[in-house]
Amino acid sequence: MRRVNFAAAIALAFALVAQAGPASAQKSSDTLRIVFRDAVPNVDPYYNSQRTGLILAHTAWDTLVYRDPETFDLKPLLATEWKLVDDTTLDFTLRQGVKFHDGSPFSADDVVYTINLVSSPDSKVSTPSNYNWIEKAEKTGDYSVRVKLKRPTPAALEFFALVVHIYPKAYREKVGPEGYAKAPVGAGPYKITKLESSASVEFERFDGYYDSPKGKPAIKKLVVRFVTDAATELTELLSQRADWIWNLNPDQFDNVNKVPFLQAVRQESMRIGYLSMDAAGRTGPENPLTNLKVRQAIWHAIDRQAIADKLVTGGSRVPLAPCFPTQFGCDGEAAVKYDYNPAKAKALLAEAGFPNGFEVELVTYVLPQWAASAQSYLQAVGIKAKISQLQVAAAIQRAQKGENPLYFASWGSYSVNDVSAILPNYFAGGNEDYSRDPELIKLVQEGGSTNDPAARKKAYAKAIKRVTEQAYWMPMPTYVTTYGFSKTLSFKPYPDELPRFFLAKWN
Amino acid sequence: MVRFILRRAALGLLVALTVMTLAFMLTRLSGDLAISIAGPGATQEDIEIIRKAYGLDQPLYIQFASWISRALVGDLGNSYFFKDSVSNLIAARMPITMTLGLVGLGLALLVSIPLGTLAAMREGTWVDRAVTVVTMIGQATPSFWFGLILMITFGLTLGWLPISGTGSWQHFVMPGIVLAMTATPALTRLTRSGMIEAIASDYIRTARAKGLTRRSIIFKHALRNAAIPVVSIAAVQLGFMLGGSIVVETVFALHGVGFLAWESIAKNDFPVVQAVVLVLATIYICLTMLSDILNALLDPRIRST
Repeated sequence: MRRVNFAAAIALAFALVAQAGPASAQKSSDTLRIVFRDAVPNVDPYYNSQRTGLILAHTAWDTLVYRDPETFDLKPLLATEWKLVDDTTLDFTLRQGVKFHDGSPFSADDVVYTINLVSSPDSKVSTPSNYNWIEKAEKTGDYSVRVKLKRPTPAALEFFALVVHIYPKAYREKVGPEGYAKAPVGAGPYKITKLESSASVEFERFDGYYDSPKGKPAIKKLVVRFVTDAATELTELLSQRADWIWNLNPDQFDNVNKVPFLQAVRQESMRIGYLSMDAAGRTGPENPLTNLKVRQAIWHAIDRQAIADKLVTGGSRVPLAPCFPTQFGCDGEAAVKYDYNPAKAKALLAEAGFPNGFEVELVTYVLPQWAASAQSYLQAVGIKAKISQLQVAAAIQRAQKGENPLYFASWGSYSVNDVSAILPNYFAGGNEDYSRDPELIKLVQEGGSTNDPAARKKAYAKAIKRVTEQAYWMPMPTYVTTYGFSKTLSFKPYPDELPRFFLAKWN
Repeated sequence: MVRFILRRAALGLLVALTVMTLAFMLTRLSGDLAISIAGPGATQEDIEIIRKAYGLDQPLYIQFASWISRALVGDLGNSYFFKDSVSNLIAARMPITMTLGLVGLGLALLVSIPLGTLAAMREGTWVDRAVTVVTMIGQATPSFWFGLILMITFGLTLGWLPISGTGSWQHFVMPGIVLAMTATPALTRLTRSGMIEAIASDYIRTARAKGLTRRSIIFKHALRNAAIPVVSIAAVQLGFMLGGSIVVETVFALHGVGFLAWESIAKNDFPVVQAVVLVLATIYICLTMLSDILNALLDPRIRST
């Protein structure tokens, strides 16, 4: 008798497990199940510096300006009009009749509150440089705001479109920053209905959403979960418990495409790889990289096109200039071109006094196989590069201290489509500037200190010529983002690496 | 006995202090917090603003002293990434880790006691050797790999169990099994040796002479005595499992204390890492002390050591 009961218990357990099955199936319940690896501890847009955080921010919050992902054109979002009054004054006219998710109306008070809060140095925002060009915001009417800038900022509107999400003043003041982080409210196409910090976020289409260029979302619910392990994440997709993942290993790309109910797509992103060389002698004045011929030899030694085609794959390109090709001011024509020519590289090394090459440290956090391929190309012309493969933060820390002779890293420009989001970082005398070239510093500053497009283009073209002529900082292949998702889903990726779930729909 | 307990408690306190110092030093050695808060694209200006805002520009010994003095009165500080106090973060996640630990320990005991008993009863035979081989394989299998194999089998191919996350008891089955696997070998060996010793002892011979049934001898007399060290070691194993659940929680995306630790290490969120290490160490120290006291109560010889 006892034995029979035991068998029954086991059978019951299996029945219960079987019943659990996959959680609410995607299309039928109009719920898109998204899995990210990078958990976001705080979804308040200003208190994380994560790409995943930025994606969630654009889902639940709106900015003043919308950047069309296809054309990069700026369109009205929470602001209907804007005008550059002078080099450091921007006037915004705000949209009327907009509501936040809690039903409260949007007005100039919310904009002034947000801008003044995040541009203040005591705000402890995660990325102060996204806002520290703002002096202050003033209310000039119920639906008009004047923003004073500390200095001419040509990419100001790009920043307003990408990283200035508007808080509801009354609600945030009422609940405080901690309360806000636990139950955030925005004015975006989706509202956050459930939040478990760094575990999951649930969204529901906001029915009170205004007629915006982002459009009314087609999918009713989004469930975002954070699964750190890449293999687990992929298993979730394969078992149809997740509908959308990204940044899957390129090696899995073809396999995912073979699964009947899944599709994998690739999209080149605005992130570019680069090899920075210590021309300024920050790691030591005797450093061979201070020699122009040595740097030119390195440009000739590495077959970047082959790395793009064979290793990165999926439409990766090698930028001619030290910036992403669509960025304003990124004039590839101005760049001095170097072909892949190992013989010439060897000759240049010999001329520079290193006929037998030399040893150098190559610091990196990029995929090991990319760094290894650069290492083999260098080895072929006699340069023995010792790879120090580090975590991102550790590598950046060393870079900023001036400790990286050769540094293979990447830069995504925060998806800002203007070279002022990349060139000043590396050539304006800052901590990651390994050229420290006064002429170049002057040119980069010149390009960023005016709003006149022609003058900016001219200064940046000269800067690009100087960088490439002096072979300071070599652009490596652009990054390609991989996406894997259900075939029942219609989803389009864009180069700015901001998946827009509010534009996705079921097939 | 009181002196023994006091001595143990003092030792425990010293261990806790050592752990606190090590946790503080290791987290500082592992990277610059200001840079990691600022994220990969930050300028030096950003980093300096953040360094000042969070008091990271103060000398290390001042940071250490202020942390220790606050930790001693139960204030573990605030996370740099979560908008929350570390105590809240840990309290919110502890139930998941505890559930996982207890499920793992329960499963481990459920497997290891019968297995160890079986091996002891068939000492020296192929059954005994088979048990040894199985436990050795269990010990040698990396838990992340075993976790994936389970996921593929029961989550993907058979579709019986959810793959990751929490939300129902089914979510704890696979992680529980993986965690149990790490504790099973030690517990099995302990049961086996305890049983072998017990079976060879005089009181068992007496029991046999009394004509008791084999079942009654094994379960009522031998196992009861052999199980005492197993239970006390099981308490220590629970401490191990709470610490060891970092890998399991990460693989199965269970958002417990282990996952919090992993996430905080990756982001250099020092206050959280330090606190998790301290809390887990404290639990471990308490469990070890409990097991020592238990043993001392049962065996007076231990008290004098």
